Amino acid sequence: MLEALFNGGLIAYLTGAAAGLVSIRRPLVARLLAFGLAACGALLQTIASGIAFAQGGTARWILPSGVPLFTWGVRLDPISACFSLALGLLALAVSVFSLGYLRDWEGRRNIGVFGFFYNILLLSLTLVFTASNAFFFLLAWEVMALSAYCLVTFEHEKTETRTAGTLFLIMSHAGTGFLLIAFMILATSGGTLDFSTFHSLASRLPPGEQNAVFLLFFLGFGIKAGVIPLHVWLPAAHPVAPSNISALMSGIVIKAGIYGMARVFFDFFDVPPLWSGNLVLAIGVVSALIGVLYALMENDLKRLLAYSSIENVGIILIGFGAALMFRSFGHPHLAALALIAGLYHAMNHALFKCLLFLGAGSIVHATGTRNMERMGGLIRGMPVTALFFLIGAVAISGLPPVNGFVSEWLTYQALLAGFGTTPSLARVMFPVAGSLLALTAALASACFVKAFGITFLALPRSEEAGKAREVSLSMRFGMGVLAAGCIVLGLGAGWFLPAFDAVTEQAMGIRVSSTLVAANGFVLSAGTARSGTVSTAGIAAMMILISILPALLLLVLGRRSRRSTGPTWDCGLPGLTADNEYTATAFSKPLRMIFSALYRPRREIQAEFDISPYYPTAIRFESEIEPTFEKRLYEPVKERILALAGRMRAVQAGSIHAYLAYIFVTLILLLLYGARG
Amino acid sequence: MMAASLKTLAQLLLLLTVSPLVSGFIKTLKARLQTRRGPGVLQPYRDLYKLLRKGMVIPETASWLFTATPYVVFLTAGIAGLMIPMVSAEAPLGLFGGVLAVVYMLALGRFVLALGGLDTGSSFGGLGSSREMTISALAEPAMMLAIFTVAIGANSTSLSEVARTAIGQEWRFLHPSQMLAFAALFLVLIAETGRIPVDNPATHLELTMIHEAMVLEYSGQYLALIEWGGAIKQLLLMTLLVNSFWPFGLRLGWSLPGVLIGLGYLLLKLMMLSGIIVLVETTNAKMRLFRVPELLAVAFTLGALALVSTFLF
Repeated sequence: MLEALFNGGLIAYLTGAAAGLVSIRRPLVARLLAFGLAACGALLQTIASGIAFAQGGTARWILPSGVPLFTWGVRLDPISACFSLALGLLALAVSVFSLGYLRDWEGRRNIGVFGFFYNILLLSLTLVFTASNAFFFLLAWEVMALSAYCLVTFEHEKTETRTAGTLFLIMSHAGTGFLLIAFMILATSGGTLDFSTFHSLASRLPPGEQNAVFLLFFLGFGIKAGVIPLHVWLPAAHPVAPSNISALMSGIVIKAGIYGMARVFFDFFDVPPLWSGNLVLAIGVVSALIGVLYALMENDLKRLLAYSSIENVGIILIGFGAALMFRSFGHPHLAALALIAGLYHAMNHALFKCLLFLGAGSIVHATGTRNMERMGGLIRGMPVTALFFLIGAVAISGLPPVNGFVSEWLTYQALLAGFGTTPSLARVMFPVAGSLLALTAALASACFVKAFGITFLALPRSEEAGKAREVSLSMRFGMGVLAAGCIVLGLGAGWFLPAFDAVTEQAMGIRVSSTLVAANGFVLSAGTARSGTVSTAGIAAMMILISILPALLLLVLGRRSRRSTGPTWDCGLPGLTADNEYTATAFSKPLRMIFSALYRPRREIQAEFDISPYYPTAIRFESEIEPTFEKRLYEPVKERILALAGRMRAVQAGSIHAYLAYIFVTLILLLLYGARG
Repeated sequence: MMAASLKTLAQLLLLLTVSPLVSGFIKTLKARLQTRRGPGVLQPYRDLYKLLRKGMVIPETASWLFTATPYVVFLTAGIAGLMIPMVSAEAPLGLFGGVLAVVYMLALGRFVLALGGLDTGSSFGGLGSSREMTISALAEPAMMLAIFTVAIGANSTSLSEVARTAIGQEWRFLHPSQMLAFAALFLVLIAETGRIPVDNPATHLELTMIHEAMVLEYSGQYLALIEWGGAIKQLLLMTLLVNSFWPFGLRLGWSLPGVLIGLGYLLLKLMMLSGIIVLVETTNAKMRLFRVPELLAVAFTLGALALVSTFLF
């Protein structure tokens, strides 16, 4: 049953890909078939993974591929099911969204080819999450990277897109290289490539190899997840992609890195090296904080969202890092709590980031720009999109009662409990991480006040923004599914968390949901009866209940009062225009000045005037912040590599005689080496 | 169920009735210290009553968000207020959330209020929103460190639990970690309630406004809701501070005499804290906006020291 459903999903993706290729010349057919089939596949996958996740068992089977000497083994264990479920939901929403989003592409771009790569991406992602051996996993991993590259660079006429795509491809492959070595070390020790033999294998390696394996996996998966300082490709590649692809990239492709880390940290490793938890926690905190600080400075809506993905990956890693530390300190219950916090945030982030990117896609679709300074007032033309975007913004800011709050609350609780787990000084890391997480969350809410406020509120800042109209029904449906998901995962967290029992049982051999959930799922508690409780459903119910009070007050006391509209106070100037509004740049100015050590902002103002400098005829304003990581870390490395390559060129003379000589010398050396052994 | 609803209702009434009183008390005390007569302790009630009966002018540029904001601000403050122990060690809605939920409920109110400020389209609204979000973000780490210090002592984020462990060791606030955490939270309180030296609640001078700039376009009933919400937020933060650090007069459970004693003590403690706030407000000048981060850095350092002293002393 499970197997049939899941395989059905895979077949639907494959058929969708084929349908895209076949109907290259018929855009309408390509759009309906490729994305309709993708949606069907996603639905089947959601159901199958949902059942598997709820049941908590492990299902494994072999795909009948017909390729000899190689098993296409699929395994749906709790960790896989968790990520596969998120993927299914996102794929469903994005596929339906794409049906409307791509209508404009007809006649301009090749929807058939796009649909092919889109389905291949979904297929390979599914297999990344469920592959049961290392070879199959790496194969799916590569197909995922390549199809993602093709989709990201689909609008390849712009130089920006091509450069970003190349950067993505290079870094992605560097990551695969690290993974390859790590898997080889494991395979040499385990004797097979099967993931089930890798279970707690890494912890049985000699210490040196253990450290190497951990670091290699962390680097390889960290590049995909976009952790700082390996993130530079992410804010470049995610925004230039078509918006539905951005949504998938930020929502779930980076989660492939998170999935890999969860698999390695909590499946391949039994008890991780002591330093590893510290490292992951520290990197998580740094990613979260720096990610949100850069997000705050962005005026490009999609780049802002991309940087905020880095922040959220950081929050997930805080959970993972704390879980690793608790495991080394011998506190499996706390480790389970921290792991659940991380995984739950991964799932939540998938939902709300996908929602926000689809919202951004709708805005770009309606206004034709990604620049927030040219938006404004969209809430009137696009009320539904605005509402969905607002739900996403509240969720990503970690505010109650929606889902972001629940996972951040769990993370805080894990960190708080961590203080008592060790007598060493390492315990100070937990509260410090907690306070920096609080800073991150508060900055994120500032960031999304800016993102929502500047984009949707007040007066339109450009003609296009004034003319923006609501997007089509299928696009609204795609966003609506995700918005509903954010609310359900927020209010219904207590009913959803027990599903994670299977994950923690697989990873740590314990089930903790009975300590996490009280009052039939209505209330969440932090492990023990007295360590603190929260109820998002209760808060929501109280908000509705108590809202009677102000409503009554206004009704009774204000029955004689009048409500009128009038112009906004304009300081006595003749009429308020969009030029009087606060801009996105201005909104983030205080933080730009406060954190100027990081940003190193530069600005240039040139004013032209005829009579007096107080009456300028034209002003040119330029402001930018320094891309620190790109400039200080990657630029030098790039230059080294280019210099080295330049020197290598001497060897590549292009003369056939030289190459013959190389071959001859190599042959002699190999013969000598062979004769010696 | 019945008893729980009664407790909730009682505390809600308390929040609604006492919060304007605290504002009035602070204003009067401040006036006296500055050798003015002041408007009288009951003035905030009269203001609220007047505003609630007045009509309002909604800016033409505003959307539905502008009208939803006052309700959200009022409700988030009210619900957060129900999660803290006021007259008894047991908070009526303690099950629905502890200190983290309180902080995040207030953050939700601020989030929506900042959007309301941007919605009007005037520069003032945006200016206020931007500054408010900045300052509150910078106050957050200090607040969380201090909260962690308190929560580690009680091994819980539940405020009822914090209060319960504090009963019986009323003089623990003399412990260095408690005093440092109190100082950190006090600075956060100043920043969060928009008082001198961070913000001036009495100003409408264009360039120095923070909170007032954000709510500049609100009038009549909506303004009343926002002001009342602000007063409740101030009361709950002050109560949080006094009850976590000076648990005098707090009783377990809800009994009529216990609650009355608790109320008496609470008013006394609030008066003391108001006194400190007034002293700080009167003896300091408002800071430049870009000096505020330094103040909050001090708060953060105090919080960190508080945390370290929990295991050093």
